[in-house]
Amino acid sequence: MWFAALLVYLFLYLPLTVVVIYSFNDSRLNAEWVGFTWRWYEVLFQDEEMIQAAVNSILIAVGASFIATLLGTMAGIAIHRYKLKALPFLVITPVAMPEILLGVSLLLFFIQVLHLTLGLLSVLVAHITFCVGFVAIVVRARLAGMDESIFEAARDLGATPWQTFRLVTLPLILPAVIAGALMSFTLSIDDFVITFFTAGVGVSTLPLQIYSMIKIAVTPEVNAVSTLLMLVTLGMILLAARFDKTVLRGQE
Amino acid sequence: MALLELRNLTRRFGNLTAIDNVSLSVEAGEFFTLLGPSGCGKTTILRMIAGFDLPDGGEILLDGKDIAATPPEKRPLHTVFQSYALFPHLSVADNVAFPLRMSKVSEQETRQRVKEMLETVHLADKSDAFPHELSGGQKQRVALARGLVNKPRLLLLDEPLGALDHKLREEMQIELINLQRNVGVTFVFVTHSQPEALALSHRIAVMNEGRVEQMDSPANIYSRPSNRFVADFIGDINMMNAQIDVVDGMQLRLSVAGLGAIVAPAHIETSTGQAGAFAIRPEQVVIGAPDEHAELANRFSGTLRDFLYVGDVTTYKVEVTNGTLIQALLPNAAPGKARFFELGDKVTVAWSSESGMFLHE
Repeated sequence: MWFAALLVYLFLYLPLTVVVIYSFNDSRLNAEWVGFTWRWYEVLFQDEEMIQAAVNSILIAVGASFIATLLGTMAGIAIHRYKLKALPFLVITPVAMPEILLGVSLLLFFIQVLHLTLGLLSVLVAHITFCVGFVAIVVRARLAGMDESIFEAARDLGATPWQTFRLVTLPLILPAVIAGALMSFTLSIDDFVITFFTAGVGVSTLPLQIYSMIKIAVTPEVNAVSTLLMLVTLGMILLAARFDKTVLRGQE
Repeated sequence: MALLELRNLTRRFGNLTAIDNVSLSVEAGEFFTLLGPSGCGKTTILRMIAGFDLPDGGEILLDGKDIAATPPEKRPLHTVFQSYALFPHLSVADNVAFPLRMSKVSEQETRQRVKEMLETVHLADKSDAFPHELSGGQKQRVALARGLVNKPRLLLLDEPLGALDHKLREEMQIELINLQRNVGVTFVFVTHSQPEALALSHRIAVMNEGRVEQMDSPANIYSRPSNRFVADFIGDINMMNAQIDVVDGMQLRLSVAGLGAIVAPAHIETSTGQAGAFAIRPEQVVIGAPDEHAELANRFSGTLRDFLYVGDVTTYKVEVTNGTLIQALLPNAAPGKARFFELGDKVTVAWSSESGMFLHE
């Protein structure tokens, strides 16, 4: 059994480990190990296009996770409270939808319906649409395990609906809200497919930048930026899991 | 004027009439119980009084004012929930302080009153604990403290002892009676447990299928049930279909098919020829050898079919001539009565002409 598990983990993590190792390789080629160096990270931090892409990625990830958390929290509470069958379906569909479909439809929507010029804004809106569902799922899972009479008790003891939300509901769902925000951030920062369709020509994000670079060759600089991206994502997921166990388990 | 008055209260869920034209009133300082089987509507009434559910008809008056349109937070009453509903993210002290903070009591007074309240429920040493660190009985006491600390006009209790084990339940019953007496707050208590209702209440409303069947003191509910449902629901009772042959002042002569004549007291309005039931509590029936109890007006011979010895008392089940099993409950320590019978013995069951009652259909 443990041997099978080991194989699975090797399969999952070996490619990632190779990328990390070669990001420190003192050679232009990914062929053989020459020696340790920080050089590619220095190159990375002097690459203005790369830095612009990183700034864009972070701006979009922060904005998208913030707005998606607001909307997703509201959606999660609404799904829980009103028990409408269609509501969870509608919110969660974008999560399950193939990204390429979502990307194409958003592209058509922005251009044909909204006549929007593609750019940071269109990417931001696109990222919000697929993050909202994740937040809603996590918040709803948290609420589902809770005793409904707690909220009635708050009203009964003199709290207005708003005070009930602020003093009881929000503190109780906060771990899920924070976890949802961190999840959204990681989803947004490494999204490629949807960003590719909705970014237009002038705007680049980290995943787009990496893609355009490996069209020529997988340079050690790509390994370096991938390593950093991996670190950020891993950190966020671990942080999210600390706040809400449902993130890693899927179900409480 | 009654503290709480329900007038023609009605609540429907689709085709189901959950509450059917219920009227009742609760006096200030009373321990009032809504008692009935699950699904009888008692919790629905409680939720309407608290403001979590709205009536389809009728009025809810508190101090003479209709509160039907008042949101829950504006009603001067609090609820103790079956699940306790303590706020899991707040300490015991902050849970109890919650209603005081909501009504903007100063922080200093809040702390003082929380301290006093926790002392009243014997939880002074738990004020910094969180709900998950408490036992069931302790959670229950925090819920009571939280419900009482802001001196509500009325405290609603929804099966608050339902989740406790038997021994703790009896302890909490006594605490609840003392607490209600000490703080002087009016209690409206909901339960499906008739011993609990009898032990705690000043008055009980027995409910069935959305209606109040009888409203009276525990002693009267037990000894003078107004109909078959109440008689059957409260305690154990022997019941047989019977017809009134003669009404003679305060005495009735009944006939029971296959058994014969029974002399019973007349508690309710009756007339000759009426059909109904004769009912008698097992503790009013005695059992003896075939020649015993000649002094009692109602004597029937039968065969002992079953008995249940539980230490202090024994319940005997005697099959009489019409096939009915009559239960007799006898204390085992009573002088002269400590005589045991074997299954299949020929015995006599008997009761006085002052025992039992006639009930309408």
